Amino acid sequence: MNENQEHNDQQNLNEDQARRSFLKKLGIFAGIGAVATAGAVYVGFDHEKKKNPTGKKVRVLTADGKLMEVDEAELEKNENAATEELNELQRRGREGLPGKHWVMVIDLSKCRNARMCMAACQGAHELRPEQHHINVLRMQDADHTEPYFMPKPCYHCDNPPCTKVCPVDATFKRQDGIVLIDNERCIGCRFCIAGCPYSARVFNWIEPLKPANDRVYDVELNVPQKKGTISKCLFSADCLRKGEMPYCTRACPNGVYWFGDRNEDTVTNGTTKETVSFSELIRKNGGYTVLEELGTKPQVYYLPPKNRAFPFQYEGKTELDPNDSRIGGGRG
Amino acid sequence: MASTKLSSEESRKVLDKIETDLIRPMRSHKGLELWLLFLGLIFIVGGYAYFIQLRDGLGVTAMRDYSSWGSYIANFVFFVAASLIGMFISSVFGLLKIKWVIPISRIAEMIALAFAMWAGLVIVIDMGRPDRLHHVFLYGRFQSPIVWDITVVTSYVAISMLLLLIPMIPDASILKRRMSDAPKWQQMIYNLLTLGWDAQPEQYAILKRSMRVLMILIIPIALSIHTVTSWLFAMTLRAGWDSTIFGPYFVSGAFVAGVAAVIIAMYFFRYNYKLGDYITDYHFNRIGQVLVLVSAVYIYFNLNEYFVPAYKMRTAERLHLEEMFTGHWAYMFWFAQIFCLAIPTFLLIFKKLRKPKIMLWLAVFVLIGAWLKRILIVIPVQQHPYLPIQNVPDSFKEYHFTGIEIALNILPIAGVLLIITILAKLFPVISVWEVAHEKGVDETIIK
Repeated sequence: MNENQEHNDQQNLNEDQARRSFLKKLGIFAGIGAVATAGAVYVGFDHEKKKNPTGKKVRVLTADGKLMEVDEAELEKNENAATEELNELQRRGREGLPGKHWVMVIDLSKCRNARMCMAACQGAHELRPEQHHINVLRMQDADHTEPYFMPKPCYHCDNPPCTKVCPVDATFKRQDGIVLIDNERCIGCRFCIAGCPYSARVFNWIEPLKPANDRVYDVELNVPQKKGTISKCLFSADCLRKGEMPYCTRACPNGVYWFGDRNEDTVTNGTTKETVSFSELIRKNGGYTVLEELGTKPQVYYLPPKNRAFPFQYEGKTELDPNDSRIGGGRG
Repeated sequence: MASTKLSSEESRKVLDKIETDLIRPMRSHKGLELWLLFLGLIFIVGGYAYFIQLRDGLGVTAMRDYSSWGSYIANFVFFVAASLIGMFISSVFGLLKIKWVIPISRIAEMIALAFAMWAGLVIVIDMGRPDRLHHVFLYGRFQSPIVWDITVVTSYVAISMLLLLIPMIPDASILKRRMSDAPKWQQMIYNLLTLGWDAQPEQYAILKRSMRVLMILIIPIALSIHTVTSWLFAMTLRAGWDSTIFGPYFVSGAFVAGVAAVIIAMYFFRYNYKLGDYITDYHFNRIGQVLVLVSAVYIYFNLNEYFVPAYKMRTAERLHLEEMFTGHWAYMFWFAQIFCLAIPTFLLIFKKLRKPKIMLWLAVFVLIGAWLKRILIVIPVQQHPYLPIQNVPDSFKEYHFTGIEIALNILPIAGVLLIITILAKLFPVISVWEVAHEKGVDETIIK
């Protein structure tokens, strides 16, 4: 009897708890519902309020080219325009130009250190005077050989050691062969600088020359530059998209640069605008790449400095310090 | 395990003495405030330096486009190196059942944990965009050795922490009993770490098995943290870094730095914590022998790393090596190699010289040399790339440390000392239960 009583009490208690718990849940749901309804009503009201005609008419051009007149209140300002533009630039910037494989040929017999390429490049990419996407070096291969000037851009290697080491895919190789940088992604670890055997990369150690202001970042121009991120030669990917040749190539007064598409097997001279077969140009003139033995497969070819129209001279010197002029770094 | 079992009464007496000896220094706070104030000052100066670096960019350091990795990366390598010692002393020697390391294994683990924890922060100091740290997790790519490094360093921190805390269980139980006057939060920590310890034989079995698993697990992870760290350099095409022996070369160097750090800590705890009965001349003699061994191995790797390319003097390596042997870096190079490696190793061969005070000084030299050696590995190579450095200011061709950089290299060292200070105030620096065990104290009363 006693046991039974206890059992009943227990059961009542359980039922009581269950009921209470149910009511509690119901209350929560009701609460959420009420808040949601109130929220919806408010949002709807707010939306309608915005639509109240102001009486001011604005003329707009529709997507299919019709000119229409609408009330100012009907216009919705796209606040995400900048983000959307950035995303679109990033998307196409990472993709590259389909079917292309860009190459550059640098004719060392023509270069006389005019440095117009460097100036055009630094201007376009908003670089400081000490930051070089392209750098004209003074080289001498061995003790008794003739020195020469060697413009050095990024070699856009087909086996790039820099993209391999990047921890966040901020530098990458596109389908058209260009190695690009995304300075919205870069964390500033500088592993790519360590990885590049050609010292092609620069870093924004301090605030860049020109402030970003509200400009949208163009990954194909790497402008605006950002403090704490990498920059380097981009083969002027922004120009290539517009069907123009790179800044350096166009700026050269001496016909040093040839630029073109390996797939088409044509390259065009930036100064003379002459177009020739890429394979024939490098075959007939002994074209080579720098430090081929590293296996990086550079896509910038050099034509050797022979039959030069000018004698080498730099700051009155015709011989160079071997510590500062050898491919391979050390003394010859 | 123990040589002679003590009777229950003796056991109690011996355990009580060990407990008193090892817990006493935790209660004495003489000079602690001053020490913490000193560390705090370093933190304030370092914090201000970091603020300037964040505001103005990494240009406030000596790093430029050619030497784009500088003293921060060298400091990082040093931190990872010093952290390897925990694995070496407590795992390798522990698994070999070498008894004399028992009183110093916890010191080694504390050093290891402190250095490993700060290593991760040192690398953040070097980042151009620390605000984008999360990109590593969002966009991390498996090809990059940095991602490997983050993976193994975080694993090492986790396992080092377990290797410190699991053997702490019986000691936590003792502390819970003896430190009843400690602040509440401290008692809560002890209570938590006790995990219901009651000195039952089956608990001992579980404890020892867990320790064994951790000791085995930590060996490959510790080896990989420093191997992967060496690969940050060896995976590049640069002459001077492009070396196949970088992994073992770095690991052997790490043991030298770590043993030196342990010797310094042993000396400090022996005299300041008055633990002369536990860390004896015998222990110094033994660890001195270990330093000779690891230094000899490291000298052998140095010979391979410098003599082999120096014999050939290939174009790309020639200028770099000449700068090291006779040029700009020669003073630092020979100071590190002779005064901080060769001479200490030679002197410690003699038993007469393996005495605490002499060893302290030699260890200080070895540790300074270890730090300089990381600078010599990281910076000079970058100043001799394959293509000449031209058309840039002279500051791009040299490396002169800036004040900000020095402050930010000292900050993490102060951080390591702070962690060790906190750990040494919370826990006995010598494992009470293991020492008691060694002395034949009845197992069941250690709680």
